[in-house]
Amino acid sequence: MKMYRSMVLVSSDPISMQRGAQEVFEQLQAQIKVYGLDEEISLAMIGDVGRHDALPLVIVYPEAVVYGPVTVDDISLLVEEHLYKGRIVTDLQASNRELSGKIAWLNTRKGTLPAEQRIVLQRAGIIDPTSIEEYILKDGYQSLGKVLSELQPVQVIDEIKKSGLRGRGGAGFPTGMKWGFVAKEKAAKKYVICNADESEPGTFKDRLILEGDPHSIIEAMALAAYAVGADEGYIYIRGEYTLAQERLKLAILQAKEMGFLGKGIFGTDFNFELHVHSGAGAYICGEETALLESIEGKRGQPRARPPFPTTSGLFGKPTLVNNVETLANVPPIMLHGATWYRSFGTPSSPGTKVYTILGNVNVTGLIEVPMGITLREVISIYARGMKNGENFKMAQTGGSSGSIIPASLQDTPMDFDSFNKAGVALGSGALLICNEDTCVVDLAKVLLNFFRTESCGKCFPCRIGTQRAWEMLDAIASGQATLKTLDQLADLSQNLYNLSNCGLGQTAGTPLKDILTYFRAEVEAHIRLGVCPAGVCQTKEAVH
Amino acid sequence: MPVDTLNGNKITEAVNAAIERHGASRDELIPILNQVNQTLGYLPADALNQISLRLREPRSSLLGVASFYHMLSTKPRGRHVIQFCESAPCHVVGGREVWEALQEELNLANEETSPDGKWTLITTSCLGICGVGPVIIIDEDVYGNLTADKVPGVLARYN
Repeated sequence: MKMYRSMVLVSSDPISMQRGAQEVFEQLQAQIKVYGLDEEISLAMIGDVGRHDALPLVIVYPEAVVYGPVTVDDISLLVEEHLYKGRIVTDLQASNRELSGKIAWLNTRKGTLPAEQRIVLQRAGIIDPTSIEEYILKDGYQSLGKVLSELQPVQVIDEIKKSGLRGRGGAGFPTGMKWGFVAKEKAAKKYVICNADESEPGTFKDRLILEGDPHSIIEAMALAAYAVGADEGYIYIRGEYTLAQERLKLAILQAKEMGFLGKGIFGTDFNFELHVHSGAGAYICGEETALLESIEGKRGQPRARPPFPTTSGLFGKPTLVNNVETLANVPPIMLHGATWYRSFGTPSSPGTKVYTILGNVNVTGLIEVPMGITLREVISIYARGMKNGENFKMAQTGGSSGSIIPASLQDTPMDFDSFNKAGVALGSGALLICNEDTCVVDLAKVLLNFFRTESCGKCFPCRIGTQRAWEMLDAIASGQATLKTLDQLADLSQNLYNLSNCGLGQTAGTPLKDILTYFRAEVEAHIRLGVCPAGVCQTKEAVH
Repeated sequence: MPVDTLNGNKITEAVNAAIERHGASRDELIPILNQVNQTLGYLPADALNQISLRLREPRSSLLGVASFYHMLSTKPRGRHVIQFCESAPCHVVGGREVWEALQEELNLANEETSPDGKWTLITTSCLGICGVGPVIIIDEDVYGNLTADKVPGVLARYN
């Protein structure tokens, strides 16, 4: 296993190159050798890091120190002081005025590690999840008490709006706005639902919250119910998560006993009942209208929209559906305020995000970091580098409905807007990191196999389209496709997006679009040359 | 339990217990089916008939639900059910080799049950244990970080 202590990056956009980035890079290489650090430190030229006055930049991780403008003469000092002795050379650090965008943001961290910042996972693994007392000792139910005694429902919604919280289930819809929609409906009965049907491949953040801190979800749902005017709620947990179900059921009993659920909570006239509902194994039930059907005891097939669940949801009543991670952000926001919350993350995507790190890296697992961290940071710092020192080829984000991110985008901040601009999706927060032994066609085939299996079959673009897409990928993988197949595949991807009824079908085409955009040459090699460059697919040539 | 010894009494008991616990209402259909499926190992046609009568819901609609969800089975299954995760995170860290080893070792293809009624092999979508992929679940036991060499040893634990 090859791990590096530090990682050094040199900017190599045209302006940097003009100002001697290549020479800086070579000098760094030479000096790192002189100090005998070449086994401990990885060095790379990175592409365009944006327009800055301090180019060329040298960025040293894990401290995330930005040096610039760096000349060849600075290198020996920099290597001796920072890389050898471990002291940051403050004289060479770039001034924030000379930087912009992501790099400026990085620089404001003032040479500190982009540390984990735990908000939704603050108690997971620290308290005993079966004890309500431990939850209460760690600020539990304080938020609910404060809100019920001091705030009107509309003030709660305003605070959530101000915090800029966006849905963490994948789509990133502003949470406060959704709450507002339900609140303004005039109905005698409303529901709040926690979507805990976490089935996105590679995602298990919600499971950790449910298993490790079940009361935080109960408190959040009570807050949501108060804000939108609901008196009953469901937590829909996928059938496979039996431990999470047990923990939630126990937590609900405890909360009832203590008077945090039931009638007249905190001596007010606010009532709230909560139920746990188990799924039975269907990915599509994570789609909110399919989830409603499933609670009603039907096949989990998404409804046509409009009407949206906020108007006509469970049993035809206005219904608020939020993801587990979204809800887990609510009690801290109401306790510490929107301004506190906005101090994390980026201006358009405040707060933290929980990521699962998977694939060909040294350390897999779960992290909660401020929004806007980059893939390179995740791989080098939290995942401790690629396994066996192999090269990073691509990452697949957000489970199957995420994007395939090529190595060229690994310095793009991971927040909703930056990813949108780059034409990729953040999804649910799974980061499947792949090395060069992974074939894009094979990976896309696995993803499409998932979609064709999980398609509910209600609308034909998805039911037939996902099957056809898989067949075409299989033809490419086995060397039986023609270049025309690629055009058909591109068309199909667009049609899936345009014509499908729900998110499953609409996003099923994303991997197709991504492999054709970023890895076209590799896909074509299967067809033109009859070989799989990664050596994974059994093409015709290989079979013969 | 071999399938043919499932007598009518057992089925009725299972159905009654489930309906008593969850209530005879359509909203509770999935929890009811889940429980009966767990008790009997699958959902025999007779169980669906009885539930249909108790809930006053058409059988077709019940079968529609029973066949929709992966965790419910309308066909008998073996004593031990092996679920292999075929999603991408397990796939890129060596899932394919594990899948091939499983099929070879058991001499079964996907969705098949061995003639002696011991094993049923099925693939499944992500189980949310991806940190330790490749993953299989046998009955309720999870095995992570699997390799092809470890497969025979894991299977030998069951009789």
